[in-house]
Amino acid sequence: MAVDYSALKAGGFMRQKQKDNFSLRLRTVGGTVTAEQLRTVQAVADEFGEGYIHLTSRQGIEIPFIKLADIEVVKKRLAEGGVETGVCGPRVRTVTACQGGRCCPSGCIDALDLAEKLDARYFGRELNHKFKFGVTGCQNNCLKAEENDFGVKGGVQVAWKEDACIACGVCVKACRREAITLTDGRITVDEQKCNNCGRCNRSCPTDAWDVTPGYLVSFGGTFGNSLKFGEELLPFITDEDTLLRVADATIDFFAENGLPSERFFKTLERVGIDKFKVVVTKAYNGED
Amino acid sequence: MADYQITDRVDITDVVCPVTFVKAKVALEELDEGDILSVHMNDGEPVQNVPRSIKEEGHQILKLEDNGDGTYDLIVRKVGE
Repeated sequence: MAVDYSALKAGGFMRQKQKDNFSLRLRTVGGTVTAEQLRTVQAVADEFGEGYIHLTSRQGIEIPFIKLADIEVVKKRLAEGGVETGVCGPRVRTVTACQGGRCCPSGCIDALDLAEKLDARYFGRELNHKFKFGVTGCQNNCLKAEENDFGVKGGVQVAWKEDACIACGVCVKACRREAITLTDGRITVDEQKCNNCGRCNRSCPTDAWDVTPGYLVSFGGTFGNSLKFGEELLPFITDEDTLLRVADATIDFFAENGLPSERFFKTLERVGIDKFKVVVTKAYNGED
Repeated sequence: MADYQITDRVDITDVVCPVTFVKAKVALEELDEGDILSVHMNDGEPVQNVPRSIKEEGHQILKLEDNGDGTYDLIVRKVGE
């Protein structure tokens, strides 16, 4: 019987150059793998692979040299140990994320929590081409938001609290965008310069800022054969429902307008990014 | 405004990150609770980051004085033993 390599690829079995060998991609979210899952992966790599794994460029795990004849038993063994297989091909890929606010002092949002929600909502969805989500917790951008088709970057909106401020001037220097000025004991923030990094708040000795966490979204990034930074098309998003509406609209737009083997940024170029901007702006505003 | 008396001073303009913060931290460790340390630092990365690190150690920042010559004096009250 002929082997359906396409179906295997869709299920994470990546055909190797060595005949009847596959590098098996596993399902991960935000690069988080439990110790129990690791033990399962270790056992499968020892018994069915060649005793090693490969960490992928997008926070995934692959187990190389899985034999064609072992595919079903490997899937079963992994499932018993709480490990799912991943995906490849024209569909929503692994959602990447940094540790964000759960662990990192710089994190403005819980990037892992959001990645889990995006994964639950979209992972494996069939499209005309691959589609990548990435979530980074702050402007340090460890997770490189703009290289994804849909990149999310955590940030904060800040508002000065006059009563709590001692006019020490630390925030003026902490700001890397020169957005803050201190004149006669009063702080002003140039919103055109502010990039929502929150360094003013973190450095403030008296917590004289009201902070609202939220998301900056970039669209249409890729770092493969072509290099393209995702573009920010919307204002700062301060609630998760709005973010998910925008994500839904983005995926639907790609599903409706994308051509086979056409990455999202190419679709945007062909159809017109202005047309897309109208669509996501409506989603942002909660309009139908 | 200057309702504090400086107990000690430390100059961190002769070192670079992360020794800037380490030097300030060591100077604070030698003081008693409530003492005031003046930390002399350069513009740029030190003044962007050292105040935040000192805050995160739990000390109280009172003032950042611009000396007008590319250096700053950060006035810190020690909190804790």
